[in-house]
Amino acid sequence: MNAAASFGAEPTVAWRAEVDASCAYPVVAFFVSAVFWLLFGTVLALVASIKMHTPGFLSGAEWLTFGRVRPVHLNTMIYGWGSMAGIGTLLWLQARLSRVRLPLQLPLVVGCALWNVGVAGGSIAILTGHGTSVEWLEFPYGWSFLFAGIFVVVMAASLMMFSARRVGHVYVSQWYLFGSVLWFPFLYVMANALIHGALARGVVQAATNWWFAHNVLGLWFTPIGLATVYYLLPKVLGRPIHSYYLSLLGFWTLALFYNWAGTHHLVGGPLPAWLITVGIVGSVMMFIPVTTVAVNHHMTMKGHFALLKVSPTLRFIVLGAMSYTVVSFQGSLQSLRTVNEVTHFTHYTIAHAHLGVYGFFTMVMFGAIYYIAPRLTGREWSSPRLIKVHFWGTALGMAVYWLGLTWGGILQGLAMDNPDVAFLDVVRHTLPYLWSRTFAGILLATGHVAFAVLAWRMFTLKGRRLPEPASAPSAVLAGGAG
Amino acid sequence: MNRAVFLYVGVLLTVLLSFTGLVSIPEKQLGGLQPLVDADGTQYPVPPTGLVAEGRGVYIADGCIYCHSQQVRPEGFGDDIERGWGTRRTVARDHIYDAPPLLGTMRTGPDLANIAVRQPNENWHFLHLYNPRITSPGSNMPPFPFLFRKVPVEVQVPHDALSFPPGWEVPGYAVVPTRRAKALVAYLTSLDHTHPVPEVPQ
Repeated sequence: MNAAASFGAEPTVAWRAEVDASCAYPVVAFFVSAVFWLLFGTVLALVASIKMHTPGFLSGAEWLTFGRVRPVHLNTMIYGWGSMAGIGTLLWLQARLSRVRLPLQLPLVVGCALWNVGVAGGSIAILTGHGTSVEWLEFPYGWSFLFAGIFVVVMAASLMMFSARRVGHVYVSQWYLFGSVLWFPFLYVMANALIHGALARGVVQAATNWWFAHNVLGLWFTPIGLATVYYLLPKVLGRPIHSYYLSLLGFWTLALFYNWAGTHHLVGGPLPAWLITVGIVGSVMMFIPVTTVAVNHHMTMKGHFALLKVSPTLRFIVLGAMSYTVVSFQGSLQSLRTVNEVTHFTHYTIAHAHLGVYGFFTMVMFGAIYYIAPRLTGREWSSPRLIKVHFWGTALGMAVYWLGLTWGGILQGLAMDNPDVAFLDVVRHTLPYLWSRTFAGILLATGHVAFAVLAWRMFTLKGRRLPEPASAPSAVLAGGAG
Repeated sequence: MNRAVFLYVGVLLTVLLSFTGLVSIPEKQLGGLQPLVDADGTQYPVPPTGLVAEGRGVYIADGCIYCHSQQVRPEGFGDDIERGWGTRRTVARDHIYDAPPLLGTMRTGPDLANIAVRQPNENWHFLHLYNPRITSPGSNMPPFPFLFRKVPVEVQVPHDALSFPPGWEVPGYAVVPTRRAKALVAYLTSLDHTHPVPEVPQ
């Protein structure tokens, strides 16, 4: 295998086509798997949501009980959908930006297959009563070795491309991608060893748990998401990123602060006050990278918002980038003790988590797949109408989800902090908002089905052939210009 | 930024820093916590054993943690103590034998750190698990009928059958908790964290 061979002086179109061709099998394998897990996770999400307001729903079988379905939803979305869409995007971006062919293609395809085995096996384990009840790490210990092993291949491929890069300048997206492939395996292996391997004990496991879980978003999904926005925004707009120095500041402040934020999940808990305070400080300091990135993206977009109409890629990544700003500011405020006193332990947190993993990361991944897939298959997206259903279903669904549970969560928190309100009345107050979540879930599911149909047609090569090469006119159906 | 070495060092350093701060130092500070031994020789806390440990396994397997916390927040922060969920805040020492600690992050249902004190009645717990609406009208907790067996009553009513309030009986059948239901209730009725600790002045 020609390991990460770089290119000489061929014209841009030629090397791009060659890079894309080298990515085709592994990246498509990751994308197809991701879309499968997205659908699977969506079904579980609906089941769990309905159970919340109609507890008798599917209550006869133990494997379908809420406490099993919910963690399977989370884990299939995180390790199935999110991580697999993320790895596919990461590999393609790193190949494009380093201008080298994707190395380790066969190991990556095998790794993708085994990753699916891992997600399926872990999910079955939870459903059959072998879940661990450690949030974000519910798969039994044994499965973590499989994921860690596959990750070595992903990391190797990414680093091989990075070191063989043909371009002297390292673009901002590459910093983030570089960070994510080193950060995630470290977090994952350490958290598993300390908690499931019982190297730590008692509440230190809880601290480790939230150091890990928050960093899955902060040091894994967020850098991949931001790398994608930093790459696709200028690509689709055809203009450079507003400021290099803002990019630099944004990256290093994120690297410095985000990974301290996790312990804000334990405010009021049985841990030393300094440990919680450190988490709050880290969360509040996130104002710096978030503002920086928001300004940088906005200034790049400025004057070009009309393009949102024609490019589905742009629509999804801009919505994602905006959600990133909102969810991060929200997170910083939420970590403050006075706010946390109300919102902790309520559905408000669930709304917040979905705005991050869904409103930001998932939206950006949708945008990425719209852009990347046609370049791998040489086909157009088959239906602008289905793209519309996908966009509006997910955008409206997320809005209803967030508004309903945020408001419901605040009411729930205020009522719970008032000892004159009986607990069962607190429950009663939340019911309308739990119904609104199921409604939002139906909107989201509709969008996902539309997307799955599109993806199915794309990857079974049912769409029209793109005019050669992928950078030519039909910008809309190829997900945007460039 | 074209120096890859800066990236390598920076990226690794940042995550090692947070690992040291959020994991290693707490382990140094709390890892050596010991149980308390009273004048009469009783120890607090005690590691879960036997049926209680088995019940903890059921609690974990069926994901009770996704709706129930096991931590009492300090006085003046929230109203956990006013609600009667505990007599004092939860401290690290309460959980030295819990791997993993089941602190939880959600209160769709009430906190369970001291459920044994609040509700020591086993039959109440069995009824509540069989169908939460029997004991708690309006509750949105799922029922756990699979933790029970239905036995026809023609022969004889088993001694451990549930006694239902009027209107909730299952005609012709007695409802008997399985071993796992008994274990879960043994665990729930062991959750008592009211023992005084030096960390929280009386």
